[in-house]
Amino acid sequence: MNIYIQPDYEVVRNSDQCIACRVCERQCANGVHSFDPDTGKMKADSTRCVNCHRCVCLCPTHALKIVKSDDTYKINANWDNQTVNEVYRQANTGGVLLSSMGNPKPFPVFWDKMLVNASQVTNPPIDPLREPMETRLWLGKRTAKVERDEKGRLKNTLAPQLKLDVPILFSAMSYGSISYNAHESLARAAEELGTYYNTGEGGLHRDFYRYGKNTIVQVASGRFGVHKDYLEAAAAVEIKMGQGAKPGIGGHLPGAKISADVSETRMIPQGVDAISPAPHHDIYSIEDLRQLVYSLKEATEYKKPVIVKIAAVHNAAAIASGIARSGADIIAIDGYRGGTGAAPTRIRDNVGIPIELALAQVDERLRQEGIRDEVSILVGGSVRSSADVVKAIALGADACYIGTAALLALGCHLCRSCHTGKCNWGIATQEPELVKRLNPDVGYKRLVNLVTAWNHEIQEMMGGMGINSIEALRGNRLMLRGIGLTDTELRLLGIRYAGESL
Amino acid sequence: MKRIYVNEKWCLGCHLCEYECAFAATGLSDMAKALKGKKIYPKITVEDGGSVHFAVNCRHCTDAICVKSCISGALSKGEDGVVRIDKNKCVGCLTCVLVCPFGAVMPAPDGHAAMKCQLCTDNACGTPNCVAHCPNNAIVYEERP
Repeated sequence: MNIYIQPDYEVVRNSDQCIACRVCERQCANGVHSFDPDTGKMKADSTRCVNCHRCVCLCPTHALKIVKSDDTYKINANWDNQTVNEVYRQANTGGVLLSSMGNPKPFPVFWDKMLVNASQVTNPPIDPLREPMETRLWLGKRTAKVERDEKGRLKNTLAPQLKLDVPILFSAMSYGSISYNAHESLARAAEELGTYYNTGEGGLHRDFYRYGKNTIVQVASGRFGVHKDYLEAAAAVEIKMGQGAKPGIGGHLPGAKISADVSETRMIPQGVDAISPAPHHDIYSIEDLRQLVYSLKEATEYKKPVIVKIAAVHNAAAIASGIARSGADIIAIDGYRGGTGAAPTRIRDNVGIPIELALAQVDERLRQEGIRDEVSILVGGSVRSSADVVKAIALGADACYIGTAALLALGCHLCRSCHTGKCNWGIATQEPELVKRLNPDVGYKRLVNLVTAWNHEIQEMMGGMGINSIEALRGNRLMLRGIGLTDTELRLLGIRYAGESL
Repeated sequence: MKRIYVNEKWCLGCHLCEYECAFAATGLSDMAKALKGKKIYPKITVEDGGSVHFAVNCRHCTDAICVKSCISGALSKGEDGVVRIDKNKCVGCLTCVLVCPFGAVMPAPDGHAAMKCQLCTDNACGTPNCVAHCPNNAIVYEERP
């Protein structure tokens, strides 16, 4: 027998405002709302609600809100409602709990415990509206050897670089986990912004080859959709070793999401589950990784940077050192708050480490070993605002990946139900009726707006510090001060406490 | 001229346009007050057929058959290209309703006259309210060759 579980959230309708237009009913893929012809009123079944706010946003009279249920078991500081409900759910089903998007647990957010400096009197601040403020940067190896040709002219020995007009890229999100329209929005926005989006491990849909110069293609453990044209179309190739939301495990895209188009793009049968193994079965050491890095470089004639992406885990610094020595051009680190289309809840909520600490340690380690210039560092895994970007760069990142923030710009309300495949916002779904809810003409503009706004803010913050180039901010930890941090945390982040001068 | 166009690809069939149209006609500022408990008579209607949805309203035809068929001279095409109806002249014969190939002219709620989309030039909105509130940019107001 299944134990009834009271929903966490309740749909509340203001009946004075509701005009029974039934927009909520038509827009809810979960069947929460219905019209009762006997009473002429709308009804709501909260047990079906995932709290995606689609109905709230589209209700023309703002008659709807979703509230946290105040139904509670006996208050227990150890066994809270959610913990108890999860036990019931597992006892009901015998299954592994699934979740989506990033770790929502109340762990510390180190971004919010760092403060940024500003110039006063000496080294005056710069007004970015009146003076040049450079946010353009390049990603790749900086260690060019000085070599001359037979006529004594300098040879260009610089490894291939990625040019970014803004220090922000869109994270890897596969076609399959997100919709065609979401992908098109990301691709078009990346093109307009002069940055890059990432295919994730789902291959590159044939329609998107034309955005190739703004595309980073991923080679993951499942090798989905990897072929010659795929590698050639891209600006860079990323080897995905791990993902912040689910370090140590692979991926599982349910067969229901493998539509004809997804099947063709991934080069796998239609309707069959797409399973990415936890490891790359050909990589069990840095030497093995080096082989794949150079295979990909060989395949792309050494014209494209190779990125190696890892989840932020306890030994991130040592692993990053190995990656820097494997020939990779760029290391991407994904923090434990990073999003996912589906992950076992226990993994998402308990595995990995904060990106702030991983980044500080990786940058520190690479500097100590004198190999920081061998690689650029990209970080992601919950970069939530331009302030987070500024802090990440000051901690040592070259640029930031944003995934969740980009999805929010497209309409995502973080209901964390991507794994159900019924995204009411047309993002994490393959159902044509739902996919069409995201018009890329609207979506790409919202992404461009978001990143443009962040870039303005980054320029303002840099100007305040008296810094006029993003490259001069990188690794400039003196621009950061900690607040509410322990000595250990300060040491790991490599920053001083607020109030401490030089 | 600028016309309202509907892109079937992006029409979700949410029917918001119908309510925004009816709301615009009331001239009120509070939609709940304007429409609560009332049957609406929108001049844009969403045709639903399975997974296909399409909002339909007046095309403001270059050679408008409704204007030609009007027995009382109530329908006219202005210099701005907008096909308008003069309710005072309309005798309610509904010939225009009959001849419109798009079903975009309909009887007014009182039954004594016809009504049609006049691109919100006949209310306080000024620009089409259905376009302004379409959540997916499926309804656009633009000049097309």
